[in-house]
Amino acid sequence: MDKEALKERILGLIPDAEFQENKQFLTFIIPPAKIHDLAVTLKTEADLAFDYLFCLSGVDMVKFLEVVYHLESTTLRHQLVLKVRTADRENGTVDTVCDIWHTAEFHEREVYDLMGIRFANHPDLRRLFLEEGWIGHPLRKDYVDEVNIVEL
Amino acid sequence: MKEVINLPVRNVEEEEYHINMGPQHPSTHGVLRLVVSLQGEIVKNLKPHCGYIHRGIEKMCEKDTYPQIIHLTDRMDYLSAHINNHAVCLLVENALEIEVHERVKYIRTIVDELNRIASHQLWWCSFGMDMGGLTCFFYGLRDREKVLDIFEESFGSRLLHSYYTPGGLMMDIHPDFQKNVKAFIKYFRRKIKDYDDILTGNIIMQERTKGIGILTKEDAISYGVTGPSGRASGFACDVRKHHPYGVYEKADFKEILGTEGDTFTRYMMRMHEMRESMKIIEQLIDNIPAGDYSAKMKAVLRLPTGEYYQRVEAARGELGVYVISDGNKTPYRMKFRSPNFSNLGALDHMSRGVKIADLVAIGGSLDYVIPDIDR
Repeated sequence: MDKEALKERILGLIPDAEFQENKQFLTFIIPPAKIHDLAVTLKTEADLAFDYLFCLSGVDMVKFLEVVYHLESTTLRHQLVLKVRTADRENGTVDTVCDIWHTAEFHEREVYDLMGIRFANHPDLRRLFLEEGWIGHPLRKDYVDEVNIVEL
Repeated sequence: MKEVINLPVRNVEEEEYHINMGPQHPSTHGVLRLVVSLQGEIVKNLKPHCGYIHRGIEKMCEKDTYPQIIHLTDRMDYLSAHINNHAVCLLVENALEIEVHERVKYIRTIVDELNRIASHQLWWCSFGMDMGGLTCFFYGLRDREKVLDIFEESFGSRLLHSYYTPGGLMMDIHPDFQKNVKAFIKYFRRKIKDYDDILTGNIIMQERTKGIGILTKEDAISYGVTGPSGRASGFACDVRKHHPYGVYEKADFKEILGTEGDTFTRYMMRMHEMRESMKIIEQLIDNIPAGDYSAKMKAVLRLPTGEYYQRVEAARGELGVYVISDGNKTPYRMKFRSPNFSNLGALDHMSRGVKIADLVAIGGSLDYVIPDIDR
């Protein structure tokens, strides 16, 4: 499916998805409540077939926290980027997609560890790199580490 | 009369117990801890504990300029350092819309493939050692040395090169580069037959790897297992074919796919891949065009505001670099989608129900490099 047709298809599924200008990928901002249902549709519908989640990242945009999903279809070879935003820095929660794409289980643990975004219904949401009891989430912009970071 | 003490009878067969493999275990090839739940010697499940070598490279990148970041990418998957450099260089070049010279593209592609061969040689020797064949270790390292000598002659370093820069290369190749590469290919074509004689055809090795640690195609895609490990399951994931960069489009090579998805197929994929890499080098080595080794670049590189993503095929799978730029000379956010990180995610799924000795073989066939997982 080419970019224009895919754009129409996604907007048909989620009318309140916000389209974001991006040269490389077709990008949408999805309301957090709808990400799981949309993910199921994206993977199962034959004309979409997004079976490969090749990147899942957490981003701290200061005003909100963001989870970015990079998707590709291994059969149809089209790509799509979804973003989910949460403004709650303390308890921001996004539904997990690891039941749809298993690779998300590891990636979501990393995002939780370093960015502090929680994932609802994740089977094993623990810190991945840092030890239990670590205070704060290092990839956030307001994280202060007096010990390790060398200011340039 | 002595009193008889009745000790409770323990049924060891039904008891579950946990074993820590690592962080200092030779088969994890680095500092990775696997907490393995066992029943008898059957693996029930395992939980990887990462972070022993976590350096916060993504956080450091937010303080560094793009040419500085290249030096950090060397230290992720240090066995495919050139290819990691390539990802960042391509990302910066695409964002700034810089056209690099053909000469640079040719040299980068050849050096990437040499790097892939060197990486697979080290994989082969450590895989052989994991399976109990110490000869493999000596043979593999002996031949890898030849590649490292070529690297040293041209780039001045053997492991962490930082040879690529945005816009081109740090310096031109050594005048003897082409001659030495051709001599190496001739030498290694002969030696790779020994590899097959020693290990591939070995009946003990085949018995220990065939049908072990099976990953289906659906699972490989779902777990994001890429590189030779993914292709062994039939997942067509070669970035060089599907999202070409460098001069891969000009080279004739095959994306070999397996069907079984077991440990032996993963082994065979890498053996095939070394031969395909040699084929690519042979096609390109005599055709390196003359020209500058670097484009004219500004002293300070600022990417326009926006998002960029670059994928390359590293030795162990797909490496992705995701950059959000706010127009400054340092990235706002930099994320590395490292191949080993996703591949490790499938280890629990693959090793359920195998014997603990087979876990070593599965780990060896996934060929993980721990600094790339932890970053």
